[in-house]
Amino acid sequence: MSGFWIMLTGALVATCCAVLGCFLVLRRMALVGDAISHAVLPGIAIAFLVSGSRGSFFMLLGAALVGFVAVFLIQLFQSGGVQSDASIGVVFTALFAVGVVLISLNARNIDLDLDCVLFGEIAYVQWNTLEFGALSLGPKAVWLLGLTLLVIAAVVSLFYKQFKLCAFDPALAAALGIPVAVFHYLLMGLVSMATVSSFESVGAVLVVGLLVIPPAAAYLLTDRLGTMIGLAVVIGIVSSVAGYGAAVWLDASIAGCMVCAAGVQFALAFLFSPSHGLVTRRRRLRAAALGGRAG
Amino acid sequence: MTNRNRNVPPLAVSGLTVAYRKKPVLRDVTFEIDERQLVGIIGPNGAGKSTLIKAILGLQPALSGEALIYGKPYKVNRKLVGYVPQRESVDWDFPTSALDVVMMGRYGHLGLFRRPGARERELAMDCLDKVGMADFAHRQISQLSGGQQQRVFLARALAQDATLYFMDEPFAGVDAATEKAIVTLLNELKRNGKTVLVVHHDLATVADYFDSVLLLNGEVIACGPTETTFTPERLQQAYGGKLAFVARSEREPAGAAGNGR
Amino acid sequence: MLNLLTDPNLRWILLGSMLLGLSGGVIGTFSYLRKQSLIGDTLAHAALPGICIAFMLTGVKSVGLFLVGALLAGAAATLSVTLITRYSRIKPDAAMGIVLSLFFAVGIVLLTRIQHSSYGNQSGLDKFLFGQAASMTSSDLYTLGGVALLLVIACGLLYKEFKLLCFDPGYGRGLGFPMGLLEQLLLGLTTVAVVVGIQAVGVVLVAALLITPAVSARYWTDRLGVMTVLAGLFGALSGAAGAWISSGVSQLPTGPISVLAATACFVASVLFGPRRGLAAKLLGRRSARRRWLAESAGVAARANIQAAMQATAQAAVLTDGQANVHDNAHPNVHSAAHANERGASV
Repeated sequence: MSGFWIMLTGALVATCCAVLGCFLVLRRMALVGDAISHAVLPGIAIAFLVSGSRGSFFMLLGAALVGFVAVFLIQLFQSGGVQSDASIGVVFTALFAVGVVLISLNARNIDLDLDCVLFGEIAYVQWNTLEFGALSLGPKAVWLLGLTLLVIAAVVSLFYKQFKLCAFDPALAAALGIPVAVFHYLLMGLVSMATVSSFESVGAVLVVGLLVIPPAAAYLLTDRLGTMIGLAVVIGIVSSVAGYGAAVWLDASIAGCMVCAAGVQFALAFLFSPSHGLVTRRRRLRAAALGGRAG
Repeated sequence: MTNRNRNVPPLAVSGLTVAYRKKPVLRDVTFEIDERQLVGIIGPNGAGKSTLIKAILGLQPALSGEALIYGKPYKVNRKLVGYVPQRESVDWDFPTSALDVVMMGRYGHLGLFRRPGARERELAMDCLDKVGMADFAHRQISQLSGGQQQRVFLARALAQDATLYFMDEPFAGVDAATEKAIVTLLNELKRNGKTVLVVHHDLATVADYFDSVLLLNGEVIACGPTETTFTPERLQQAYGGKLAFVARSEREPAGAAGNGR
Repeated sequence: MLNLLTDPNLRWILLGSMLLGLSGGVIGTFSYLRKQSLIGDTLAHAALPGICIAFMLTGVKSVGLFLVGALLAGAAATLSVTLITRYSRIKPDAAMGIVLSLFFAVGIVLLTRIQHSSYGNQSGLDKFLFGQAASMTSSDLYTLGGVALLLVIACGLLYKEFKLLCFDPGYGRGLGFPMGLLEQLLLGLTTVAVVVGIQAVGVVLVAALLITPAVSARYWTDRLGVMTVLAGLFGALSGAAGAWISSGVSQLPTGPISVLAATACFVASVLFGPRRGLAAKLLGRRSARRRWLAESAGVAARANIQAAMQATAQAAVLTDGQANVHDNAHPNVHSAAHANERGASV
């Protein structure tokens, strides 16, 4: 049963991340995802100090707020003339440092392990269950992630055309009267939410893996945005199941193995994708050259 | 869309000033465009041609002045305006098909929640057909040539079903066939009572393509019918010494200079 | 502050932090100008599997061995980023995200393998991830200080080559410089800076050692030489501040405090930097507006402004001409590129 809960948690994390990751990758903001996933640390620490518990609601709120702050600051410095990746680097390291300092200052009050922040503890997910009277309703993390996924799915499907146009041609979107900034921050808010919900289970760095790798692999496999999102979700779920299997077999970090499984799938797509794969394209070129010579 | 008055010009810009940092890019730009005109926006690099369009469409904040579309601010009459941005402004690797891009032109009409459906698809197909791209409807956009991409952008603007169009360098880097297709399209738009403003670089073709020109260099040098406005003296004024030889022979050297951006 | 100078342990920490900050700032200048600011982050994360493999193969914990492992892993990571962007339509940022998280994941898998098996003295390995500036010993310091010094000297010797590499590698190749080799060398030096930096501030924050001082320095000058020196200075200062403040308050970790000191430096630069700073810009914008209003008030004023505009245009042409020969070529070109970008993105 424990395996089931872990795989389910992983699959939920992967699904949340895959949907949002597609937009991040297409908008060339993959590293903003990276930044947000690190920058939410002070939000979590502050929520922890204020509420005194690992209450998920406060954590979500605090982290989402800091996520917004991070995005806003990155944007601010960028428009002030700092290169985009430099402003990402400055902002997320600063916020992460604030988080580390807050946690070390209150080490006695905060039961947050820095290792856990970076790597996550998906194996412990099953012990922290949601109780309703005497009834156990399954792990809290699963409920939280399920809720997050619901919100993400609802928002993305409601505003699909806006997100798509803002990603493809923001100038036209603005000219058509779509509030580009609102949708930008909405997307970033969802990314913060997904990051925080995934935090406990897979940790900051591996969230980035699931945000970027499955969508990138899907990007190499299809030429349609809808299909890309679907494929990214499938790749994410396969990663979580295969990763768990590998982790059990190797006796190693589950979250790490999940990202490695995603990486293997990316490598396969990179080499053998029917339309964009390196090997397939080479082979097609050679066939064309041979055909040309024969004809 | 029929509520416009014959006397109200499609576009009236008055006192428009735009500054990026310290230096104003556009100074006190004032002009009016009549209905059913193909207008070429002409001027040297850095003259503020694209900035002018962006400021009119509210994509670039202005220091002062205003631009009225059929007598009302752009925000009110947004649906009457179609916009073709420069081709390089988007990522052509985006996972989407030509038809899908054209359907994006309908997003403004769809409102907040509605998704594009069969009607939009049909309309988009029509627009692709008009630019001669119907056969490529389901092609991924990175597999199109530069000229084909430009035509897809034009089809998207057609799908916006506007009456006033802004096109930012539609002729940049396209082959002769596409250039001809675009000109045909522009004339058809005019016949249907539309007004089109085109940022244009090739001075050799200005007289053939446009009814009016707007000569721009940080400020309006001249604006009016091509025959009376597109004169060597005015060009000299807009381009400074860079086009000294325009006066001697108007056609080829001017074209060469215009291309040598 | 006093005990910093008297207590030998604290003195080591102070010196070590300063040297690390200095080398990070100097190297970071070049990565910033090559628009590869986050390469440090990628290299830091990629170092983990290299370090783990080095430990698994030898069973010894030593900075030198880790350095070798991290160098090899860093080379593999940068090569992967290049391959992915060259041979697919994936953009550089996504490629960096992929490589960064994938290498780190491999590292974590290896790390857990190490922890779960009987390698014994593995306890220090995870310290490596979060930095341990406060527990630096004098022998650690000699290694780190030596490496940092070496980095700074290398940058000094190859200053003009690196400048060319940042600004116009194609032209450099035309002049006969081995640009590919220089690029690899700079990447190698960056990896070294990152690996020693990890010692002080840990994997996540090491990116700040490279980026933050360099960006801050960019606000104060348009000359590469000055920028490099300033970045090194800012880095050293923030390292010192980190060591000093954390020695006063026992619970404060040195690394994050150094990063925060660097960030404070950055904020001050953003606000008060001459010409590019926020204050300067606001003043400039206000005066532009006032000038414009004055201009539209009277027709007579217009002629003046026009003359002024022409003068600035001529001045611009002049500085353009200078830029080709003069030292401040690169930053000038940059600011122009930024202006363009901003124009496009609005």
